[in-house]
Amino acid sequence: MDLLYKIFIDPFVQMGTAPDLLVQTLWDGLVSGVLYSLIALGFVLIFKASGVFNFAQGIMVVFAALTLVGLHQHGVPAFLALGLTVVVMFLLALGVERLILRPLVNQSDIILFMATFGLTYLLIGLGQLVFGGDPKVMIAEELYLPRGAIEFKGLGGFVSLQKIDIAAAIIASIMVAVLAVFFQRTRIGRALRAVADSHQAALSVGISLEQIWVIVWFTAGVVALTTGIMWGARSEVSFSLQIIALKALPVLILGGFTSIPGAIIGGLIIGIGEKLGEFYWGPLLGGGIESWLAYVIALGFLVVRPQGLFGEKIIERI
Amino acid sequence: MLYREVGQYKTNYAADMAVFPILQDRIGIAVILLVAFVVIPLIGHDFLLNTVLIPFLIFSLAAIGLNLLTGYAGLLSLGTGAFMGVGAYACLKLTTIFPHVNIVIWILASGLFSAAVGALFGLPSLRIKGFYLAVATLAAQFFLEWCFIRVPWLFNYSVSGAIEVPLRKLAGVPITGPTATSLTRYLVVLSIVVMMTWFASNLVHGRIGRMWMSVRDMDLAAELVGIRLLRTKLLAFAVSSFYCGVAGAMMVFLWYGGAEADVFAIDQSFLVLFMVIIGGLGTLIGSFFGAALIYILPIALRAIPQAFGLPIRPAAAEQLTFVIVGVLIIVFLILEPNGLARLWQIGKQKLRVWPFPY
Repeated sequence: MDLLYKIFIDPFVQMGTAPDLLVQTLWDGLVSGVLYSLIALGFVLIFKASGVFNFAQGIMVVFAALTLVGLHQHGVPAFLALGLTVVVMFLLALGVERLILRPLVNQSDIILFMATFGLTYLLIGLGQLVFGGDPKVMIAEELYLPRGAIEFKGLGGFVSLQKIDIAAAIIASIMVAVLAVFFQRTRIGRALRAVADSHQAALSVGISLEQIWVIVWFTAGVVALTTGIMWGARSEVSFSLQIIALKALPVLILGGFTSIPGAIIGGLIIGIGEKLGEFYWGPLLGGGIESWLAYVIALGFLVVRPQGLFGEKIIERI
Repeated sequence: MLYREVGQYKTNYAADMAVFPILQDRIGIAVILLVAFVVIPLIGHDFLLNTVLIPFLIFSLAAIGLNLLTGYAGLLSLGTGAFMGVGAYACLKLTTIFPHVNIVIWILASGLFSAAVGALFGLPSLRIKGFYLAVATLAAQFFLEWCFIRVPWLFNYSVSGAIEVPLRKLAGVPITGPTATSLTRYLVVLSIVVMMTWFASNLVHGRIGRMWMSVRDMDLAAELVGIRLLRTKLLAFAVSSFYCGVAGAMMVFLWYGGAEADVFAIDQSFLVLFMVIIGGLGTLIGSFFGAALIYILPIALRAIPQAFGLPIRPAAAEQLTFVIVGVLIIVFLILEPNGLARLWQIGKQKLRVWPFPY
């Protein structure tokens, strides 16, 4: 009885009596949700266009941020370094298409999945070899990202919002909007959607799969770079980010593997859900439940709706 | 020339169904067993046994476990590391509570706990498949990992939070704990692995294996011909986790001699998955090949610069290993997506028709 009280009533009482803490927790959840969404977005882009479950998305984030910081450390001006990093991500996309995707075309999903594993190892090794394995500070000031926090009184206490988080949310929204326009309005975007629907049909009307793959990996690379900058500005650029990137997986299954809005909304749900869970229900279980709560939320969700929130309905035929 | 089945007639059904229908294969397996059980203990030294052979055998067993699930039943799992952990912790608890029972029995029995946990987390497999299922098994991985750290009862409230392997004897000879020699541990591991491989081989060649394979190839069709999906899939999860659990228990008790929870982290799951895929999905021998390649390759890569006396910093060597392993995985997948086991088959076929090309 006491336990039930602690599970079902106590947390809500806490929320009611200290709304400032609730708002702060919600905000923290929202912010980490935005970052999960961004990583998930990279996954979805690639999965839609090439059917590859790109495990390397997490390390691409680290690699992009590392390249940016590393170039700057070698004396390249910040914005030039940004441009060069974009070029590096383009070369990476080109290389992935030429050296990995093209020889492996028409292989089963799991083989392609494994190949992106190889890519992950390659990027980890390469990144450490070239730029060193120690954590680095993101060049936030040089890129004119805001610092500090906005604090406002009210709701019976203080709520503080980091400016960088607000910037991250805004930039993420802009990027999603740009991507949406790109997908809906441009010629390449239409080709991308055609490839996502059916590889063979797209080929038969003369769309070059190779070109589309390069574009889509490059787009994912740019998304990775943005994610890396935002994440790096909040904490630091280090390889531990790669483990956090695994959190994008429950986001994916919550939102559906093929849906961009799903990735965004799924990310926010997971981010907020796990922060709320950790803060209000975590102490009951001894804390640290953030590490698995997201997966369990997603798992519970999957059992009810196997294709995710916005995924295409899975139709099976014999 | 030597490898030829000409003149080997099968005169009854049992011979036709045999796992090794060709005499040369039977001789080959006998030679391998002889080398493993007799020659290596005679010539093997501590380095070979401890850092190469024992881990190789343990990883092979874990890879067989995952291969039963992913290669035979077609269910992708990323929770291998955690299931291995369940085995290790169950073994620790069992031998703590009943210290006088033979440790080998407990190592095998701990697989049962792992199997139960595996079947529990396999429940969603009825509704979801493919990568969705892989993410669902990640829930098992992270939840169990959390348990290994947060539930002190599991590691006997030891201050460090690590498993401390107690001394256990078999017929007066210590086989676990600090005083056990690498030779006795090797022999115990080898016996268990050989026995369980033989069991797995019988399993996949029999009715259950066929059920798994039909589910893998098309589960709807399998259901229509009367295979009960829930039972079959859960059985696959249970048997697979049993193998992983035993491998995990052996890993801690017979190899490391003590371990913390991070041994069973997600990296371990990925490592075993590599072995299965590089070795060849749906082949038992591939599990051994994959374990050998993935486990021994980094050791060899680290040894090469030293052997040539190249001045490379240890850190740089480590990073180069990452790069090389990554490239090799990609190259292997491109050259032979069906894994090393397929190369093995091609080689055998070439030998069979030698000196003719086909």
